[in-house]
Amino acid sequence: MTHPAPESDEAAKARGRRNVVLALGLVAFVVLVFVITVVRLGANAAHQPL
Amino acid sequence: MTDTAVPSAEPQGRATPARWQDYVALLKPRVMSLVVFTGLTGLICAGRPMHPVLAAVAILCIAVGAGASASLNMWYDADIDARMRRTRGRPVPAGRVQGADALALGITLSILSVGTMILAINLLAAALLAFTIFFYAVVYTMWLKRSTAQNIVIGGLAGALPPVIGWAAAAGTAPLNAWLLCAIIFMWTPPHFWALSLYTSEDYAKVGVPMMPVVKGARSTRLQILIYSLLLIPICVAPAFTGLGGALYLAVAGLGGLLFLVLAWRLFRSRAGEAADPRNREGAQGALYDVKAAAKDARNLFAFSILYLFVLFAALLVEHVFGLGSLRP
Repeated sequence: MTHPAPESDEAAKARGRRNVVLALGLVAFVVLVFVITVVRLGANAAHQPL
Repeated sequence: MTDTAVPSAEPQGRATPARWQDYVALLKPRVMSLVVFTGLTGLICAGRPMHPVLAAVAILCIAVGAGASASLNMWYDADIDARMRRTRGRPVPAGRVQGADALALGITLSILSVGTMILAINLLAAALLAFTIFFYAVVYTMWLKRSTAQNIVIGGLAGALPPVIGWAAAAGTAPLNAWLLCAIIFMWTPPHFWALSLYTSEDYAKVGVPMMPVVKGARSTRLQILIYSLLLIPICVAPAFTGLGGALYLAVAGLGGLLFLVLAWRLFRSRAGEAADPRNREGAQGALYDVKAAAKDARNLFAFSILYLFVLFAALLVEHVFGLGSLRP
């Protein structure tokens, strides 16, 4: 069985930075969905009869 | 724009590890900024009150959708991008990003942008966004681009739709004025792009992409640029008479349109695109958009067309943001 060639330091650092950016993107998307939900709920609640 | 760090024409595999900036480059940020600008103009011109957060989300969805279609374009076109001087430095042909990764990014962002548009805005805006991505990635990139000289004429619809999406996001409808904004960009695209292709057509000829100067020759292209310019200007002026634009818009559209026609006429009378540019040959160095004297008129129209579209939409934005009235009572 052959093993893949070891990852260079440069490649490992680049992969780490890509993962950080991806994580930040995912967190931003979660926050975005939360904010959209709050705004849409607020708008709909304002239109409900008292 | 310089193009000095040009890699070899063939994909190199994973020569260097992909940086996150390479994935951003797949989204064509400069094209994205134009799409954001025209989409925002449509959204503002709709004249409907909209929660600022939802307005920002709508523009974000349009931007991400444009980026998604750009990534799909770069995945599909990697073979010809690798052989063209203008595009061989892109992440996929340069070997920094694998094609499958560009495809995955494009599909993921398409789903996220359209899905978010459905959840946060409305179905019409989401459907228009989905159609725009499909039209650019499939109809233009996979079908028209390599099969007909009318590729950018028909394919230009994808770039023309963002103001309609913005309008639909704000108003939930897409009335005539929204489609008028679409028509302006649609008719603007051929003279804009063909002016550029008059001095970059050797790249397209080399890879067999049937751009108009390659198929019909420079003289026919210059004539068609003039015809499209004549058709474009009345459409650009029209919003002043449909209640969309006011006096400022009419002045900008009219005076700018006259200058546009003068430049198109000069280009028609020139010999732009008729002689081979040695700098476009394989291995040549130098700035991509440096042009020889004969192509000066093509470059002038290309540059002015960008300015013209920008000031047209900027005038509409200014009028609607500051409440300057339309010409109609």
